[in-house]
Amino acid sequence: MNGTAIGAGTGAAQPAIIRPYGDTTGDGRVQVSFTLPVPFGNEEERALAEGAALQLAAKMGLEPALVVHAKGMGARFTFFVVYGTARHLVDLSQVVITRREYPLLSGPEINMAIRSSLGRKLVVVGACIGTDAHTVGIDAILNVKGHAGEKGLEYYREMRVVNLGAQVEVPDLVARALAEHADAVLVSQVVTQRDAHLAGARGLARGFASAGARRPLLVVGGPRFDPTMAGELGVDRIFGRGTTPGEVASYLVHALTGGAGAAAGAGEPAGTTTLTVGGGAA
Amino acid sequence: MMAADPSTAPAGKLRLDPAMVSRVRDLAARAGQPIVELARTHTTVSVERAVLRLAGLDGADREGMPWVNHLVDSVRDSCGLEHGVALPVWDALAGGGYPGLAALAADAAAGKVKFALPGADRARAARAAATAALARGFAAIDDRRAERDAMIAQTSEPPRPWIYLIVATGDIYEDIPQAQAAAREGADIIAVIRSTGQSLLDYVPEGATREGYAGTYATRENFALMRAALDDVSRELGRYVRLTNYASGLCMPEIAALAGRERLDMMLNDCMYGIIFRDINPQRTFIDQRFARQIHARAGIVINTGEDNYLTTADAVDAAHTVVVSELLNEYFAKEAGLADWQLGLGHAFEINPQVPDSFLLELAHAQLVRELFPAAPLKYMPPTKHMTGNVFAGYLLDAFFNLAGVMTGQSILLIGMMTEGIHTPFLSDRDLALENVRYVLRAAGRLSENFAPPPGGFVERRAQQVLSESAALLTEIVDQGLLTAIADGTFGVTRRPADGGRGLDGVIERAPEYFNPASEFLEGAGTSAGLSGVTGGVA
Repeated sequence: MNGTAIGAGTGAAQPAIIRPYGDTTGDGRVQVSFTLPVPFGNEEERALAEGAALQLAAKMGLEPALVVHAKGMGARFTFFVVYGTARHLVDLSQVVITRREYPLLSGPEINMAIRSSLGRKLVVVGACIGTDAHTVGIDAILNVKGHAGEKGLEYYREMRVVNLGAQVEVPDLVARALAEHADAVLVSQVVTQRDAHLAGARGLARGFASAGARRPLLVVGGPRFDPTMAGELGVDRIFGRGTTPGEVASYLVHALTGGAGAAAGAGEPAGTTTLTVGGGAA
Repeated sequence: MMAADPSTAPAGKLRLDPAMVSRVRDLAARAGQPIVELARTHTTVSVERAVLRLAGLDGADREGMPWVNHLVDSVRDSCGLEHGVALPVWDALAGGGYPGLAALAADAAAGKVKFALPGADRARAARAAATAALARGFAAIDDRRAERDAMIAQTSEPPRPWIYLIVATGDIYEDIPQAQAAAREGADIIAVIRSTGQSLLDYVPEGATREGYAGTYATRENFALMRAALDDVSRELGRYVRLTNYASGLCMPEIAALAGRERLDMMLNDCMYGIIFRDINPQRTFIDQRFARQIHARAGIVINTGEDNYLTTADAVDAAHTVVVSELLNEYFAKEAGLADWQLGLGHAFEINPQVPDSFLLELAHAQLVRELFPAAPLKYMPPTKHMTGNVFAGYLLDAFFNLAGVMTGQSILLIGMMTEGIHTPFLSDRDLALENVRYVLRAAGRLSENFAPPPGGFVERRAQQVLSESAALLTEIVDQGLLTAIADGTFGVTRRPADGGRGLDGVIERAPEYFNPASEFLEGAGTSAGLSGVTGGVA
């Protein structure tokens, strides 16, 4: 993680230590809602439930706190809305921001970037290689259907996607990628028995190296990959669990349209994960 | 529920021109006819596997590959599938002295059976045996349909709109208590979301499953477990709780057969969803779909179509007419397959950007248009997803407007929107708040439909008429160029899908003149729906 701590002084009038704002500076007032597995039936149960909610609020640093709404949901659960005063302070000088090495772009921005810098469609070839028949990952990234509320790469007007599906042999993938003039090759590897995913990624890199021609950007993804191993495996980028199509699309645009000069195979292998602290990421 | 013969329907609240309404129906039929002809003259591996499933063949080898796949693959290798799987299979069954289809399939999987098309005498015997096996299969499905009617009589039919809620844990044993809790909280319909990517599997998994990706596998055992659990809760509540799953993807007809056998009540079954969103070959989809819909018709299952999905990719205002066009096509294909109006859960959605001026009026115009075009169909109205931003408070308000539009325009099935849409699978409290939202709207404004009429010549009426004429124009184009070409050109959902592209084309086989499908005799012949309750399926 290449996080950077931001120094104080993000604005002349901004104090380094702040608290939540309700309606008065420094009042620390916040609202939370949550469910506890307790009944909300008779008077005693209700008293116990509200007491439980206040205890949780106190342990979360909300003191004093007020249960403004409690509602039984079925026989075993109660939903609460609680307002309280946060006793914690926020030290702006200690906020750590982790930046992905590429900016997250919207669909129109991605299409625009491709159009203006490539002047043609960006060609992506995807596959599951070797014996791996688990196309869930590659399909989630490539299919229009997409994943996590984001459409897949097929949806981008300025991308041409060739999804070769499951159990593609590396030489076939290399041949097809070159025939399609692929800008990027995406490979998903779910099977991890005896490190099959690592062997697969290395095989992919070797396959393109031995083909000699200008190789496309090589991107590998799967739930068990360590994103910092890209260089070691000879590929350009690794995506781990929970990656969305928009992240992959944004990365491709960054790497292929000269976002940071990371031309295919030339840039330093990137290895950051993409958690953003305090950045309001989706 | 309005009930009217569309051809003589009054102009309704929108004063739609009846000539225009019959014109778009006629155009949809003309666009669909070549596709029906394609389906009549072709079969697929999945259609043939569904025949075996209707005959009661279940189970799989040790690796989980179903016996129906082994049998169909073996027949295809030995003598091709252009005559159908039935004659070679039932001939080999008799000739080899097998106790049943599973034993034959096990031998076939081991390469011990050489299938052949039987000669005339043996073909007669095989035909009779296959027909008898399918007769037993359809008797079982008919029994399940009668059982549904009995359950509804014993409990009760909930008033409309029906409240539709989703469970999706991936583990059938977690889904069950969640579904029961949702029913107790007020859900009339439980949909078990399928595991991501199941639509691309060319086989149906077996048994009870405990892990899936963002959903639970559709298997016969999972269907049976959930239906039994919902029967328990239906009796407890005195209200019949319906179960929904997905007959889509590469195994569409097989899943339809399993749904009929396990008394599912509704199935997601769109004519183009798999093509557009899953890149399944268009020909494969349309052929599979016709057989799947014939099974649904027989089993008394309500289909749900997926037009809402187009609006997640295309703009909900610009593409409003593509929803209507798809609904008209879905209606044509459904009726041709024998489904009745009451079985057409045509879909549409509340997906207009709330920043657009008059967005709610536009939504009302679209929803009322669909209501009036399909007066006897149990329309399924889908909540906002695309413009749910993570601001849960604004999202809750948007969901309330969706519920209001639903009651104002007399929608039949309301899929309940979650304020945390797009953030996580709903918390218990998200679902509870969503139900509180819809209950308030129903209580406060449930009779708004009878008290709401947009003024003549006003914005809502003009917008609805505009969408209808745009639909007619698009249908005219589709008739001219052919539906497969229109799909290839990206007409729906902004995605181009050529007729020879996508997955599953290798499973499409042109029928020989002597093609025999013992199920078709029950689904297309005189035996259809005889003596069944409900509305008989009038074919358009």
